[in-house]
Amino acid sequence: MIDLHGYGPRLFEGAMVTIELGILSLILSVVLGLLTASAKMSRSWILHHIGTLYTTLIRGVPDLVLMMLLFFGGQIGINMITDQLYEHFGWDIFINVNEFVAGVVTIGLIFGAYMGETFRGAFLAVDSGQIEAGRAYGMSHWLVFRRIRFPQMMRHAIPGLSNNWMVLLKTTALVSVIGLSDMVRVAAEASKATREPFTFMLIVAAIYLLIATLSEWGFARLQKRYDVGYREAD
Amino acid sequence: MADTPIPLEVRHITKRFGNAEVLKGLSLKAHKGDVITLIGASGSGKSTFLRCMNLLEQPDEGEVIVHGEEIRFKQTRHGREPADWKQVVRMRAKLSMVFQSFNLWAHMTLLENVIEAPVHVLGKPKKQAITHARQLLERVGLAAHADYYPAQMSGGQQQRGAIARALAMDPEVMLFDEPTSALDPELVGDVLKVMRDLAKEGRTMIVVTHEMAFARDVSSQVIYLHQGRIEEAGPPEQVLNNPHSERLKQFLTPKH
Repeated sequence: MIDLHGYGPRLFEGAMVTIELGILSLILSVVLGLLTASAKMSRSWILHHIGTLYTTLIRGVPDLVLMMLLFFGGQIGINMITDQLYEHFGWDIFINVNEFVAGVVTIGLIFGAYMGETFRGAFLAVDSGQIEAGRAYGMSHWLVFRRIRFPQMMRHAIPGLSNNWMVLLKTTALVSVIGLSDMVRVAAEASKATREPFTFMLIVAAIYLLIATLSEWGFARLQKRYDVGYREAD
Repeated sequence: MADTPIPLEVRHITKRFGNAEVLKGLSLKAHKGDVITLIGASGSGKSTFLRCMNLLEQPDEGEVIVHGEEIRFKQTRHGREPADWKQVVRMRAKLSMVFQSFNLWAHMTLLENVIEAPVHVLGKPKKQAITHARQLLERVGLAAHADYYPAQMSGGQQQRGAIARALAMDPEVMLFDEPTSALDPELVGDVLKVMRDLAKEGRTMIVVTHEMAFARDVSSQVIYLHQGRIEEAGPPEQVLNNPHSERLKQFLTPKH
Protein backbone atom coordinates (compact mmCIF):
# COMPACT_ATOMS: atom_id res chain seq x y z
CA MET A 1 0.00 0.00 0.00
CA ILE A 2 0.95 3.65 -0.33
CA ASP A 3 2.78 4.94 2.71
CA LEU A 4 1.55 8.43 3.61
CA HIS A 5 4.05 8.79 6.46
CA GLY A 6 1.26 9.87 8.78
CA TYR A 7 0.11 12.73 6.49
CA GLY A 8 -3.20 11.00 5.70
CA PRO A 9 -5.42 12.91 8.17
CA ARG A 10 -3.91 16.30 7.29
CA LEU A 11 -4.29 15.58 3.62
CA PHE A 12 -7.92 14.73 4.22
CA GLU A 13 -8.41 17.98 6.14
CA GLY A 14 -6.74 19.84 3.29
CA ALA A 15 -9.12 18.24 0.82
CA MET A 16 -12.04 19.37 2.98
CA VAL A 17 -10.67 22.93 2.98
CA THR A 18 -10.45 22.79 -0.81
CA ILE A 19 -14.02 21.56 -1.14
CA GLU A 20 -15.50 24.02 1.35
CA LEU A 21 -13.58 26.88 -0.19
CA GLY A 22 -14.73 25.84 -3.63
CA ILE A 23 -18.39 25.51 -2.76
CA LEU A 24 -18.63 28.73 -0.74
CA SER A 25 -16.77 30.68 -3.45
CA LEU A 26 -19.08 29.18 -6.04
CA ILE A 27 -22.16 30.36 -4.16
CA LEU A 28 -20.73 33.85 -3.72
CA SER A 29 -19.68 34.05 -7.37
CA VAL A 30 -23.12 32.93 -8.61
CA VAL A 31 -24.82 35.61 -6.50
CA LEU A 32 -22.33 38.25 -7.68
CA GLY A 33 -22.66 37.00 -11.24
CA LEU A 34 -26.45 37.36 -11.23
CA LEU A 35 -26.15 40.86 -9.77
CA THR A 36 -23.48 41.83 -12.30
CA ALA A 37 -25.49 40.50 -15.23
CA SER A 38 -28.56 42.42 -14.02
CA ALA A 39 -26.49 45.57 -13.53
CA LYS A 40 -24.97 45.35 -17.00
CA MET A 41 -28.36 44.82 -18.62
CA SER A 42 -29.95 47.57 -16.55
CA ARG A 43 -31.24 50.79 -18.09
CA SER A 44 -29.51 52.69 -15.31
CA TRP A 45 -26.32 54.33 -16.55
CA ILE A 46 -24.61 54.06 -13.16
CA LEU A 47 -25.39 50.37 -12.60
CA HIS A 48 -24.30 49.53 -16.12
CA HIS A 49 -20.94 51.23 -15.65
CA ILE A 50 -20.34 49.75 -12.21
CA GLY A 51 -20.92 46.30 -13.70
CA THR A 52 -18.58 46.99 -16.60
CA LEU A 53 -15.88 48.41 -14.32
CA TYR A 54 -16.08 45.34 -12.09
CA THR A 55 -15.78 42.78 -14.88
CA THR A 56 -13.01 44.73 -16.65
CA LEU A 57 -10.98 45.20 -13.47
CA ILE A 58 -11.27 41.64 -12.25
CA ARG A 59 -10.75 39.94 -15.56
CA GLY A 60 -7.74 42.11 -16.35
CA VAL A 61 -5.71 41.45 -13.21
CA PRO A 62 -4.08 38.08 -12.39
CA ASP A 63 -5.89 36.05 -9.73
CA LEU A 64 -2.78 35.72 -7.61
CA VAL A 65 -2.21 39.47 -7.53
CA LEU A 66 -5.86 40.08 -6.60
CA MET A 67 -5.65 37.54 -3.82
CA MET A 68 -2.59 39.12 -2.24
CA LEU A 69 -4.03 42.61 -2.71
CA LEU A 70 -7.25 41.63 -0.98
CA PHE A 71 -5.65 39.65 1.82
CA PHE A 72 -2.81 41.99 2.77
CA GLY A 73 -4.43 45.17 1.50
CA GLY A 74 -7.69 44.17 3.17
CA GLN A 75 -5.97 43.79 6.54
CA ILE A 76 -4.34 47.20 6.19
CA GLY A 77 -7.68 48.75 5.22
CA ILE A 78 -9.51 47.20 8.14
CA ASN A 79 -6.77 48.27 10.54
CA MET A 80 -7.10 51.83 9.29
CA ILE A 81 -10.83 51.77 9.91
CA THR A 82 -10.53 50.26 13.40
CA ASP A 83 -7.79 52.78 14.26
CA GLN A 84 -10.12 55.59 13.29
CA LEU A 85 -12.90 54.07 15.36
CA TYR A 86 -10.59 53.91 18.38
CA GLU A 87 -9.41 57.48 17.92
CA HIS A 88 -12.85 59.00 17.51
CA PHE A 89 -15.12 56.80 19.57
CA GLY A 90 -12.78 54.94 21.84
CA TRP A 91 -13.97 51.60 20.49
CA ASP A 92 -11.21 49.09 20.80
CA ILE A 93 -11.80 46.56 18.08
CA PHE A 94 -9.33 44.26 16.44
CA ILE A 95 -10.39 42.36 13.37
CA ASN A 96 -8.03 39.80 11.96
CA VAL A 97 -8.60 38.98 8.33
CA ASN A 98 -9.27 35.29 8.38
CA GLU A 99 -7.43 33.42 5.61
CA PHE A 100 -10.41 31.26 4.83
CA VAL A 101 -12.81 34.18 4.56
CA ALA A 102 -10.26 36.13 2.52
CA GLY A 103 -9.93 33.13 0.21
CA VAL A 104 -13.69 32.79 -0.28
CA VAL A 105 -14.14 36.51 -0.85
CA THR A 106 -11.29 36.76 -3.35
CA ILE A 107 -12.22 33.71 -5.37
CA GLY A 108 -15.89 34.66 -5.18
CA LEU A 109 -15.08 38.17 -6.44
CA ILE A 110 -12.91 36.89 -9.27
CA PHE A 111 -15.39 34.33 -10.50
CA GLY A 112 -18.34 36.65 -9.96
CA ALA A 113 -17.01 38.62 -12.92
CA TYR A 114 -16.81 35.54 -15.16
CA MET A 115 -20.21 34.30 -13.97
CA GLY A 116 -21.62 37.73 -14.74
CA GLU A 117 -20.65 37.38 -18.38
CA THR A 118 -21.96 33.81 -18.51
CA PHE A 119 -25.31 34.84 -17.05
CA ARG A 120 -25.58 37.94 -19.22
CA GLY A 121 -25.17 35.88 -22.38
CA ALA A 122 -27.66 33.34 -21.09
CA PHE A 123 -30.27 35.98 -20.23
CA LEU A 124 -29.93 37.50 -23.69
CA ALA A 125 -30.52 34.07 -25.22
CA VAL A 126 -34.02 33.83 -23.73
CA ASP A 127 -36.66 34.49 -26.40
CA SER A 128 -38.25 37.87 -25.75
CA GLY A 129 -41.71 36.49 -26.60
CA GLN A 130 -41.52 34.26 -23.52
CA ILE A 131 -40.93 37.26 -21.29
CA GLU A 132 -43.59 39.30 -23.06
CA ALA A 133 -46.16 36.56 -22.49
CA GLY A 134 -45.38 36.74 -18.77
CA ARG A 135 -45.83 40.50 -18.70
CA ALA A 136 -49.01 40.31 -20.75
CA TYR A 137 -50.50 37.93 -18.17
CA GLY A 138 -50.02 40.36 -15.32
CA MET A 139 -46.75 39.05 -13.90
CA SER A 140 -44.59 41.52 -12.00
CA HIS A 141 -40.92 41.94 -12.93
CA TRP A 142 -39.89 39.68 -10.09
CA LEU A 143 -42.42 36.98 -10.98
CA VAL A 144 -41.31 37.03 -14.63
CA PHE A 145 -37.73 36.65 -13.42
CA ARG A 146 -38.47 33.81 -11.03
CA ARG A 147 -40.91 31.81 -13.16
CA ILE A 148 -39.68 32.44 -16.70
CA ARG A 149 -36.40 34.26 -17.20
CA PHE A 150 -34.37 32.42 -14.58
CA PRO A 151 -35.37 28.83 -15.46
CA GLN A 152 -35.05 29.51 -19.19
CA MET A 153 -31.74 31.33 -18.77
CA MET A 154 -30.23 28.46 -16.75
CA ARG A 155 -30.44 26.15 -19.73
CA HIS A 156 -28.05 28.43 -21.61
CA ALA A 157 -25.89 29.19 -18.57
CA ILE A 158 -25.04 25.69 -17.41
CA PRO A 159 -22.23 24.90 -19.88
CA GLY A 160 -20.47 28.16 -18.96
CA LEU A 161 -21.27 27.69 -15.29
CA SER A 162 -19.76 24.24 -15.31
CA ASN A 163 -16.66 25.50 -17.07
CA ASN A 164 -16.23 28.35 -14.57
CA TRP A 165 -16.62 25.92 -11.69
CA MET A 166 -13.83 23.68 -12.99
CA VAL A 167 -11.47 26.65 -13.27
CA LEU A 168 -12.61 27.95 -9.87
CA LEU A 169 -11.91 24.60 -8.24
CA LYS A 170 -8.33 24.66 -9.46
CA THR A 171 -7.92 28.32 -8.53
CA THR A 172 -8.50 27.38 -4.89
CA ALA A 173 -4.93 26.03 -4.93
CA LEU A 174 -3.76 29.66 -4.92
CA VAL A 175 -4.91 30.15 -1.34
CA SER A 176 -1.78 28.46 -0.08
CA VAL A 177 0.04 31.75 -0.75
CA ILE A 178 -2.02 33.43 1.96
CA GLY A 179 -1.25 30.63 4.36
CA LEU A 180 -4.35 28.52 4.10
CA SER A 181 -3.73 24.79 4.45
CA ASP A 182 -5.59 23.41 1.48
CA MET A 183 -4.62 20.02 0.14
CA VAL A 184 -1.99 21.41 -2.24
CA ARG A 185 -0.14 23.09 0.60
CA VAL A 186 -0.31 19.98 2.77
CA ALA A 187 0.96 17.87 -0.10
CA ALA A 188 3.79 20.31 -0.81
CA GLU A 189 4.88 20.17 2.82
CA ALA A 190 4.65 16.40 2.87
CA SER A 191 6.64 16.11 -0.36
CA LYS A 192 9.45 18.21 1.05
CA ALA A 193 9.56 16.39 4.36
CA THR A 194 9.42 12.89 2.92
CA ARG A 195 11.12 13.57 -0.43
CA GLU A 196 8.36 11.68 -2.14
CA PRO A 197 6.73 14.34 -4.32
CA PHE A 198 5.12 11.82 -6.67
CA THR A 199 3.19 10.05 -3.95
CA PHE A 200 1.57 13.20 -2.64
CA MET A 201 1.11 15.12 -5.88
CA LEU A 202 -0.44 12.13 -7.59
CA ILE A 203 -2.90 11.76 -4.72
CA VAL A 204 -3.79 15.45 -4.94
CA ALA A 205 -4.21 15.19 -8.70
CA ALA A 206 -6.48 12.18 -8.23
CA ILE A 207 -8.63 14.01 -5.70
CA TYR A 208 -9.06 17.04 -8.00
CA LEU A 209 -9.95 14.70 -10.83
CA LEU A 210 -12.49 12.92 -8.64
CA ILE A 211 -14.18 16.18 -7.63
CA ALA A 212 -14.18 17.36 -11.23
CA THR A 213 -15.70 14.11 -12.48
CA LEU A 214 -18.42 14.17 -9.85
CA SER A 215 -19.16 17.80 -10.69
CA GLU A 216 -19.43 17.03 -14.39
CA TRP A 217 -21.97 14.37 -13.59
CA GLY A 218 -23.83 16.81 -11.37
CA PHE A 219 -23.90 19.51 -14.04
CA ALA A 220 -25.08 17.01 -16.63
CA ARG A 221 -28.05 16.20 -14.40
CA LEU A 222 -28.75 19.88 -13.87
CA GLN A 223 -28.61 20.46 -17.61
CA LYS A 224 -31.10 17.68 -18.12
CA ARG A 225 -33.43 19.27 -15.64
CA TYR A 226 -33.32 22.70 -17.28
CA ASP A 227 -33.55 21.21 -20.78
CA VAL A 228 -37.04 19.96 -20.02
CA GLY A 229 -39.36 20.93 -22.83
CA TYR A 230 -36.51 21.66 -25.25
CA ARG A 231 -34.93 18.31 -25.97
CA GLU A 232 -37.80 17.31 -28.22
CA ALA A 233 -37.27 20.38 -30.35
CA ASP A 234 -33.57 19.84 -30.97
CA MET B 1 -76.72 46.57 -14.02
CA ALA B 2 -77.21 49.21 -16.69
CA ASP B 3 -74.05 51.03 -15.69
CA THR B 4 -71.43 48.28 -15.62
CA PRO B 5 -68.19 49.82 -16.85
CA ILE B 6 -67.04 49.29 -20.43
CA PRO B 7 -64.46 46.46 -20.49
CA LEU B 8 -61.90 48.40 -22.51
CA GLU B 9 -61.64 51.87 -23.93
CA VAL B 10 -58.64 53.64 -25.43
CA ARG B 11 -58.60 57.27 -26.50
CA HIS B 12 -56.33 59.23 -28.82
CA ILE B 13 -53.45 56.76 -28.70
CA THR B 14 -50.26 58.11 -30.24
CA LYS B 15 -47.06 56.13 -30.60
CA ARG B 16 -43.71 57.13 -32.04
CA PHE B 17 -40.69 54.97 -32.72
CA GLY B 18 -37.90 57.51 -32.98
CA ASN B 19 -39.13 60.10 -35.44
CA ALA B 20 -41.69 57.85 -37.10
CA GLU B 21 -45.20 58.35 -35.80
CA VAL B 22 -46.81 54.93 -36.19
CA LEU B 23 -50.09 55.62 -34.37
CA LYS B 24 -51.77 58.97 -34.89
CA GLY B 25 -54.44 59.38 -32.25
CA LEU B 26 -56.48 56.17 -32.35
CA SER B 27 -59.56 55.53 -30.23
CA LEU B 28 -61.63 52.43 -29.70
CA LYS B 29 -64.37 51.30 -27.37
CA ALA B 30 -65.05 47.62 -26.67
CA HIS B 31 -68.44 46.98 -25.07
CA LYS B 32 -69.26 43.66 -23.49
CA GLY B 33 -69.61 40.99 -26.16
CA ASP B 34 -68.06 43.08 -28.92
CA VAL B 35 -65.78 41.41 -31.42
CA ILE B 36 -63.67 44.12 -32.99
CA THR B 37 -61.33 43.17 -35.82
CA LEU B 38 -58.44 45.36 -36.82
CA ILE B 39 -57.40 44.98 -40.45
CA GLY B 40 -54.85 46.75 -42.59
CA ALA B 41 -51.64 46.24 -44.50
CA SER B 42 -48.37 45.36 -42.80
CA GLY B 43 -46.98 48.44 -41.14
CA SER B 44 -50.37 50.07 -40.76
CA GLY B 45 -49.90 49.98 -36.98
CA LYS B 46 -52.61 47.47 -36.08
CA SER B 47 -50.38 45.22 -33.95
CA THR B 48 -48.76 48.20 -32.25
CA PHE B 49 -52.23 49.57 -31.51
CA LEU B 50 -53.22 46.26 -29.92
CA ARG B 51 -50.00 46.16 -27.89
CA CYS B 52 -50.69 49.65 -26.55
CA MET B 53 -53.94 48.37 -25.09
CA ASN B 54 -52.17 46.15 -22.53
CA LEU B 55 -49.14 48.45 -22.41
CA LEU B 56 -46.65 46.06 -23.93
CA GLU B 57 -45.91 49.23 -25.85
CA GLN B 58 -46.12 52.53 -24.00
CA PRO B 59 -48.31 54.98 -25.87
CA ASP B 60 -46.74 58.44 -26.06
CA GLU B 61 -50.13 60.05 -25.69
CA GLY B 62 -53.65 58.91 -25.01
CA GLU B 63 -55.66 57.14 -22.37
CA VAL B 64 -56.23 53.49 -21.59
CA ILE B 65 -59.29 52.65 -19.49
CA VAL B 66 -59.86 49.08 -18.36
CA HIS B 67 -63.19 48.30 -16.72
CA GLY B 68 -63.68 51.94 -15.82
CA GLU B 69 -60.20 52.36 -14.35
CA GLU B 70 -57.87 54.74 -16.13
CA ILE B 71 -54.15 53.93 -16.26
CA ARG B 72 -52.06 56.68 -14.73
CA PHE B 73 -48.93 57.78 -16.57
CA LYS B 74 -45.90 59.88 -15.72
CA GLN B 75 -43.08 61.39 -17.75
CA THR B 76 -39.60 59.92 -17.22
CA ARG B 77 -36.24 60.26 -18.90
CA HIS B 78 -37.15 57.26 -21.03
CA GLY B 79 -40.45 58.80 -22.12
CA ARG B 80 -43.97 58.33 -20.86
CA GLU B 81 -44.41 55.40 -18.51
CA PRO B 82 -47.14 54.09 -16.24
CA ALA B 83 -47.00 55.84 -12.88
CA ASP B 84 -47.91 52.70 -10.99
CA TRP B 85 -46.75 49.34 -12.33
CA LYS B 86 -48.94 47.55 -9.79
CA GLN B 87 -51.94 49.11 -11.49
CA VAL B 88 -50.67 47.87 -14.87
CA VAL B 89 -50.13 44.38 -13.51
CA ARG B 90 -53.66 44.36 -12.08
CA MET B 91 -55.08 45.66 -15.35
CA ARG B 92 -53.18 43.20 -17.54
CA ALA B 93 -54.62 40.32 -15.53
CA LYS B 94 -58.02 41.38 -16.92
CA LEU B 95 -56.83 41.33 -20.52
CA SER B 96 -55.49 38.11 -21.98
CA MET B 97 -53.33 38.17 -25.05
CA VAL B 98 -52.91 35.53 -27.72
CA PHE B 99 -49.72 36.05 -29.71
CA GLN B 100 -48.82 35.41 -33.32
CA SER B 101 -45.96 33.13 -32.28
CA PHE B 102 -48.00 31.51 -29.46
CA ASN B 103 -45.36 32.20 -26.79
CA LEU B 104 -46.36 29.28 -24.63
CA TRP B 105 -43.69 28.97 -21.96
CA ALA B 106 -41.32 26.40 -23.35
CA HIS B 107 -40.14 24.96 -20.03
CA MET B 108 -43.65 24.13 -18.84
CA THR B 109 -46.14 21.50 -19.94
CA LEU B 110 -49.36 22.67 -21.53
CA LEU B 111 -51.25 22.21 -18.25
CA GLU B 112 -48.58 24.14 -16.34
CA ASN B 113 -48.84 26.90 -18.93
CA VAL B 114 -52.59 27.17 -18.42
CA ILE B 115 -52.49 27.27 -14.60
CA GLU B 116 -49.39 29.48 -14.32
CA ALA B 117 -50.97 32.93 -14.30
CA PRO B 118 -54.20 31.96 -12.47
CA VAL B 119 -52.11 30.46 -9.64
CA HIS B 120 -49.24 32.95 -9.48
CA VAL B 121 -50.96 36.15 -10.57
CA LEU B 122 -54.56 35.71 -9.42
CA GLY B 123 -53.69 33.53 -6.43
CA LYS B 124 -56.17 30.82 -7.35
CA PRO B 125 -55.79 27.52 -5.43
CA LYS B 126 -53.79 25.08 -7.54
CA LYS B 127 -56.32 22.26 -7.42
CA GLN B 128 -59.10 24.51 -8.59
CA ALA B 129 -56.88 25.94 -11.33
CA ILE B 130 -56.06 22.44 -12.57
CA THR B 131 -59.72 21.42 -12.71
CA HIS B 132 -60.55 24.57 -14.65
CA ALA B 133 -57.54 24.11 -16.93
CA ARG B 134 -58.57 20.56 -17.82
CA GLN B 135 -62.05 21.78 -18.78
CA LEU B 136 -60.54 24.48 -20.99
CA LEU B 137 -58.14 22.04 -22.65
CA GLU B 138 -61.09 19.76 -23.30
CA ARG B 139 -62.86 22.69 -24.92
CA VAL B 140 -60.05 23.50 -27.31
CA GLY B 141 -59.62 19.82 -28.13
CA LEU B 142 -56.35 19.27 -26.27
CA ALA B 143 -57.45 17.18 -23.28
CA ALA B 144 -54.96 14.49 -24.26
CA HIS B 145 -52.08 16.96 -24.55
CA ALA B 146 -52.08 18.33 -20.99
CA ASP B 147 -48.65 16.88 -20.22
CA TYR B 148 -47.03 17.75 -23.55
CA TYR B 149 -44.40 20.44 -23.81
CA PRO B 150 -45.00 23.14 -26.42
CA ALA B 151 -42.15 21.81 -28.56
CA GLN B 152 -43.98 18.50 -28.85
CA MET B 153 -47.11 20.07 -30.36
CA SER B 154 -47.98 21.45 -33.79
CA GLY B 155 -48.43 25.18 -34.27
CA GLY B 156 -52.20 24.84 -34.34
CA GLN B 157 -52.20 22.86 -31.12
CA GLN B 158 -49.91 25.39 -29.49
CA GLN B 159 -52.18 28.24 -30.49
CA ARG B 160 -55.29 26.48 -29.19
CA GLY B 161 -53.34 25.83 -25.99
CA ALA B 162 -52.49 29.52 -25.84
CA ILE B 163 -56.18 30.34 -26.16
CA ALA B 164 -56.91 27.98 -23.24
CA ARG B 165 -54.20 29.82 -21.28
CA ALA B 166 -55.92 33.11 -22.09
CA LEU B 167 -59.35 31.79 -21.07
CA ALA B 168 -58.01 30.50 -17.75
CA MET B 169 -57.65 34.13 -16.60
CA ASP B 170 -61.40 34.72 -17.05
CA PRO B 171 -60.48 37.88 -18.91
CA GLU B 172 -62.66 40.92 -19.46
CA VAL B 173 -61.25 41.23 -22.95
CA MET B 174 -59.18 38.89 -25.11
CA LEU B 175 -56.59 40.44 -27.38
CA PHE B 176 -55.55 38.42 -30.44
CA ASP B 177 -52.42 39.51 -32.30
CA GLU B 178 -52.55 37.82 -35.73
CA PRO B 179 -53.29 34.46 -34.13
CA THR B 180 -53.27 32.47 -37.36
CA SER B 181 -50.49 34.20 -39.29
CA ALA B 182 -47.72 31.85 -38.18
CA LEU B 183 -49.72 28.70 -38.91
CA ASP B 184 -49.64 26.31 -41.83
CA PRO B 185 -52.83 26.81 -43.88
CA GLU B 186 -54.30 23.45 -42.90
CA LEU B 187 -54.02 24.33 -39.20
CA VAL B 188 -55.72 27.72 -39.42
CA GLY B 189 -59.26 26.28 -39.47
CA ASP B 190 -59.08 24.66 -36.02
CA VAL B 191 -57.90 27.86 -34.39
CA LEU B 192 -60.52 29.98 -36.13
CA LYS B 193 -63.22 27.54 -35.08
CA VAL B 194 -62.26 27.95 -31.43
CA MET B 195 -62.31 31.73 -31.88
CA ARG B 196 -65.74 31.65 -33.56
CA ASP B 197 -67.10 29.65 -30.61
CA LEU B 198 -65.71 32.24 -28.21
CA ALA B 199 -67.37 35.03 -30.14
CA LYS B 200 -70.66 33.14 -30.13
CA GLU B 201 -70.64 32.77 -26.35
CA GLY B 202 -70.29 36.53 -25.99
CA ARG B 203 -66.61 36.98 -25.23
CA THR B 204 -65.29 40.48 -25.71
CA MET B 205 -62.51 40.20 -28.27
CA ILE B 206 -60.19 42.48 -30.18
CA VAL B 207 -58.57 40.68 -33.08
CA VAL B 208 -55.79 41.77 -35.40
CA THR B 209 -56.14 39.54 -38.41
CA HIS B 210 -55.74 38.97 -42.12
CA GLU B 211 -58.61 36.47 -42.16
CA MET B 212 -61.31 38.44 -43.98
CA ALA B 213 -63.88 35.66 -43.77
CA PHE B 214 -63.48 35.60 -40.02
CA ALA B 215 -63.79 39.38 -39.85
CA ARG B 216 -66.93 39.30 -42.00
CA ASP B 217 -68.70 36.48 -40.14
CA VAL B 218 -67.81 37.18 -36.54
CA SER B 219 -67.08 40.87 -35.96
CA SER B 220 -69.45 43.39 -34.53
CA GLN B 221 -67.10 46.06 -35.80
CA VAL B 222 -64.29 46.17 -38.35
CA ILE B 223 -61.61 48.84 -38.18
CA TYR B 224 -59.37 49.44 -41.18
CA LEU B 225 -56.07 51.08 -40.32
CA HIS B 226 -53.85 52.86 -42.79
CA GLN B 227 -50.54 54.48 -41.81
CA GLY B 228 -51.47 54.82 -38.17
CA ARG B 229 -54.94 56.26 -38.75
CA ILE B 230 -58.41 54.77 -38.72
CA GLU B 231 -59.38 55.02 -42.36
CA GLU B 232 -62.73 53.35 -42.05
CA ALA B 233 -64.72 51.68 -39.28
CA GLY B 234 -68.15 50.16 -38.87
CA PRO B 235 -70.13 46.94 -39.01
CA PRO B 236 -68.54 44.34 -41.28
CA GLU B 237 -71.25 44.36 -43.93
CA GLN B 238 -70.61 48.07 -44.44
CA VAL B 239 -66.82 48.15 -44.17
CA LEU B 240 -66.10 44.95 -46.05
CA ASN B 241 -68.95 44.91 -48.57
CA ASN B 242 -69.41 48.61 -49.27
CA PRO B 243 -66.13 50.32 -48.50
CA HIS B 244 -65.98 54.05 -49.13
CA SER B 245 -62.24 54.50 -48.96
CA GLU B 246 -60.32 53.88 -52.19
CA ARG B 247 -57.43 52.41 -50.20
CA LEU B 248 -59.70 49.97 -48.43
CA LYS B 249 -61.27 48.95 -51.77
CA GLN B 250 -57.79 48.22 -53.04
CA PHE B 251 -56.85 46.39 -49.85
CA LEU B 252 -59.89 44.15 -50.16
CA THR B 253 -59.35 43.33 -53.83
CA PRO B 254 -57.79 39.87 -54.08
CA LYS B 255 -54.29 40.07 -55.52
CA HIS B 256 -53.28 37.48 -58.05
